[in-house]
Amino acid sequence: MIDFLKTFINTIAAPEWFVSLAIVVFFVALFWEKLWTPKPALYVLGAAVAFFTVSLLDPNFRSIVTKADNVPIVAMLFLVGFFIWLSMSQAYENDRRIGRGEKPMEASEPVSKVLVWPDLVYTEFICLILFTVLLIVWSIFLKAPLEQPANPGDSPNPSKAPWYFLGLQEMLVYYDPWLAGVVFPSLIVVGLMAIPFIDKNKKGSGYYTFRERKVEITIFLFGFVILWILLIATGTFLRGPNWNFFGPYEFWDVGKLPPLVNINLSEYFWVKWLNTGLPKGWLLREAPGFIVVLLYLLTLPPLLARTLLRKYYEKLGPERYAVMVILLLSMGALPVKMYLRWLFNLKYIIAIPEYFFNI
Amino acid sequence: MTEKDPREPAAGGSPAGPEKSTAGTSPAPGQAAKPAASASRRGFLSWLVLAWIAFTAAMTAGLTALTRFLFPNVLFEPPSTFKAGPPSEYGIGIVDERWKERFGVWIVRDEEGLYALSTTCTHLGCTPNWLSADEKFKCPCHGSGFYKTGINFEGPAPRPLERYRILLAEDGQVLVDKSRKFQWEKGQWEDPESLLKA
Ligand code: FES
Repeated sequence: MIDFLKTFINTIAAPEWFVSLAIVVFFVALFWEKLWTPKPALYVLGAAVAFFTVSLLDPNFRSIVTKADNVPIVAMLFLVGFFIWLSMSQAYENDRRIGRGEKPMEASEPVSKVLVWPDLVYTEFICLILFTVLLIVWSIFLKAPLEQPANPGDSPNPSKAPWYFLGLQEMLVYYDPWLAGVVFPSLIVVGLMAIPFIDKNKKGSGYYTFRERKVEITIFLFGFVILWILLIATGTFLRGPNWNFFGPYEFWDVGKLPPLVNINLSEYFWVKWLNTGLPKGWLLREAPGFIVVLLYLLTLPPLLARTLLRKYYEKLGPERYAVMVILLLSMGALPVKMYLRWLFNLKYIIAIPEYFFNI
Repeated sequence: MTEKDPREPAAGGSPAGPEKSTAGTSPAPGQAAKPAASASRRGFLSWLVLAWIAFTAAMTAGLTALTRFLFPNVLFEPPSTFKAGPPSEYGIGIVDERWKERFGVWIVRDEEGLYALSTTCTHLGCTPNWLSADEKFKCPCHGSGFYKTGINFEGPAPRPLERYRILLAEDGQVLVDKSRKFQWEKGQWEDPESLLKA
């Protein structure tokens, strides 16, 4: 029974299953109002703790999860869950109040003031002491691994970035370094900075609400939970030697080498579908890729403006809408490419190694 | 240090009036104040100039030392060419890892001859591992894989591993010259110097 469960979990830990599952759970949970009350949250917490405790009996799971580097990631997963629940539960509570024609709960908060000294400084001081104690105890019990002197001729296997960069490292598996290492990270920062200029929805200022900001919150949480936290967790727990995927109960076998022959779109198009050889010049060779990328970037925005995002197009006006939709599409480009890789072994849509240009 | 200097004479007046040079303490405020002040103005200025010169000199010296510090005394960089023994040491189909650690080169022999592969992944520069059981180079950073020839076939690496110039030295040893590299995507593997037929 246990063994069957383990194999089952190992199987669905394959990225295409596991990420799809996470996306489904994400959307169901987000719109499932009942979930964001104390009782179901406690059940979920209990289930998660039980899952972890039982799983710790498995030697492979234990060795990964209790690695000094990975313990904080486990804590982070619980913390992220808790804080999302905290804000979402308040948002739904407010939605119910507003639905009844009442004011949000923030309106009934007393507008009293407290003194910096002693109230604030004391609190901060106590926090500081407690956290110092915590960090000292932590560093005594979970030792930072001492490794060999750096040697460029010998990369550890697997070589993992610091945990907060594992999302980026995952991105680098699917996109060329200049995109995944330069363009996308800057777009993330610029996009976050652009939010206040794009978002014209005045509702939700000063209080939590979900109903009045459904699209905004969904987009943000999708980017944060799925495209950042989930990728960090994936990189920490599921990526093993040779950067292969491993199930949580799977032994990290250096010899596990699933064949992963990746093929560029040009090869798919010219060799597999048209049965001709690859054209000589890169322009013709990569023409299908260029067409696909241009279609994605040029036809989707007007299409979305007419269908799914019609309300937003009318509300934002063409300029704001254009900025928003381009940011949105570049965000969507990551999962799109991830699935293309997992399902079709597609390497690059446009591949021009001659000029270091690959998408 | 240098900033303290200009103030000292202004207070003590020692440089302008040699007769008072013994007085390190402050002059009597009532009598000597006026003549000392006017007499020490020139002195103050010259000390100021001196101080600035000293300050500039010290800063220049410090910056020079700092800049010098940025260049290491010894550079443990292996020479860009090295001799890799006689060609007969290399068996067909074998990836020789002896030169990986020190020079970052794999020497491989196929039916045609010997070639020297760079051990730098063309994705972001990690060092892949040779997995002899599966006959491929596999990068531990993002999972790029390369065939024995250096051609990339899995993972994100956009182009094949680079090859180095390889030739026969006068004494019959294999000589690898890392200052010249040959990239497949530029058609440079056709170059006779990228393959040693020996
Ligand atoms: S550095 Fe080798 S795969 Fe990224």
